[in-house]
Amino acid sequence: MSEALVPMLLTLKVAAWATLIAGALGVAAGLLLAKVRFAGRDVVDALLLLPMVLPPTVLGYYLLVAFGRQSAFGHWLESTLGIDLIFTWQGAVAASSIVAFPLVFKAARAAFEAVDPNLENAGRTLGYNEWTVFTRVTFPLAWRGIAAGAMLAFARAIGEFGATLMVAGNIPGRTQTMSIAIYEAVHAGNDALANTLVLIASAVCVALLVAASFAVRRGYARLSPI
Amino acid sequence: MHFDVDIAKRVTAQGRPFDLAVRFVLDSDRIALYGPSGAGKSLTLAILAGLVRPDRGRIVIDGEVWFDSMYRVNRPTRQRHVGFVFQDYALFPHRTVEQNVAAASERWYPGARDAIAQAEVAQLLDAFALDDVRKSYPEQLSGGQRQRTALARALAAKPKLLLLDEPFSALDAALRARLRAELVAVQRRFGVPIVIITHDPDDLVQCAERVVTLHDGKVIAGENERTGTAAALLPHLALA
Repeated sequence: MSEALVPMLLTLKVAAWATLIAGALGVAAGLLLAKVRFAGRDVVDALLLLPMVLPPTVLGYYLLVAFGRQSAFGHWLESTLGIDLIFTWQGAVAASSIVAFPLVFKAARAAFEAVDPNLENAGRTLGYNEWTVFTRVTFPLAWRGIAAGAMLAFARAIGEFGATLMVAGNIPGRTQTMSIAIYEAVHAGNDALANTLVLIASAVCVALLVAASFAVRRGYARLSPI
Repeated sequence: MHFDVDIAKRVTAQGRPFDLAVRFVLDSDRIALYGPSGAGKSLTLAILAGLVRPDRGRIVIDGEVWFDSMYRVNRPTRQRHVGFVFQDYALFPHRTVEQNVAAASERWYPGARDAIAQAEVAQLLDAFALDDVRKSYPEQLSGGQRQRTALARALAAKPKLLLLDEPFSALDAALRARLRAELVAVQRRFGVPIVIITHDPDDLVQCAERVVTLHDGKVIAGENERTGTAAALLPHLALA
């Protein structure tokens, strides 16, 4: 059982961190792109969505180039902060964050754009400053969409394979996540382990998808707010 | 309240430019902005509230400079202390009637209200017959209740000036007549000056003391940008 448990727990840890990081960055980027008009907005939008369409191995390669010890940035990270992303679980977090980011970003941008600007204006006439407008009007109205995006991002991070394998490798107990463990179990002919892991992964992802569609659909009146 | 307004703004709607150039100097507590749709009434009101920045001009209300392009003055909306009743009311859909009315008096976190604010909110709910629906959400209200909630929410912020963008347009005729009378009563009771947008001549007679008539972005009533009293304008309006 611990054969299945160890990669499962590691996957949950990696996916949780990745969702947190992709969530924070995705909400910030979504807000920026939804509310601020600037030159090159469409280009930025396309670049931020790129991880969704690029092959994960390509992303992994970029990460290796950017964070490896040969690169200036990777060298600086290791010598000053002591962070080494290559062949560590933190590297798996970085890979999953980038792969999951577009899902939160897209959902957040759409959710922010769907908030009626008149509601934000109403807040301003009631004496709200821009921060209060965001915390009391914009975010509470957008959070369902953002939450749905975050759940998709979490599911995507759980399933991350290619970029993670490139960056973090396949070290059992340290960087071997569930999807990589499944790959290895199948190759090693360990069908029992593969079956267990596949069932768990499927169940988690189905549950997340159902929860995500629930989060978007529920109405205001039935929700008990703060 | 003394209004000294002289503003210009170019906006582009559906690819076509629209030029607003509105000037009026008035001393009145009940002003109507009157005109057909597309005349620039809503834009003028949004500029008064500071929600839209004019390209140039100045807005001086009771001697306070709210906007002056020459001196680079642009007081933000939150410091103009205007109440705004939006055409579609713009009630916060995620908050109950009571929370909407209390929206201006919340501090630090949603729901935080001191005893005085709490009492004022209760008073407003009572004054606008909203007690029974205070726990309801806007989507559960009738048109008249929504309108009253919007009015109560705006008044709860203790505005110096109340701006209303076609507040009766979403209501049927019978309700409209009743709420018109209510609005005048509210204006007298709270002593707050109002500027109301309308294209309904009945609104002018009952709600307005002075009328600024707009057409295609310009003030047209009276010669030389003077504005008329509601009664004096009526014969012309009937023809229009």
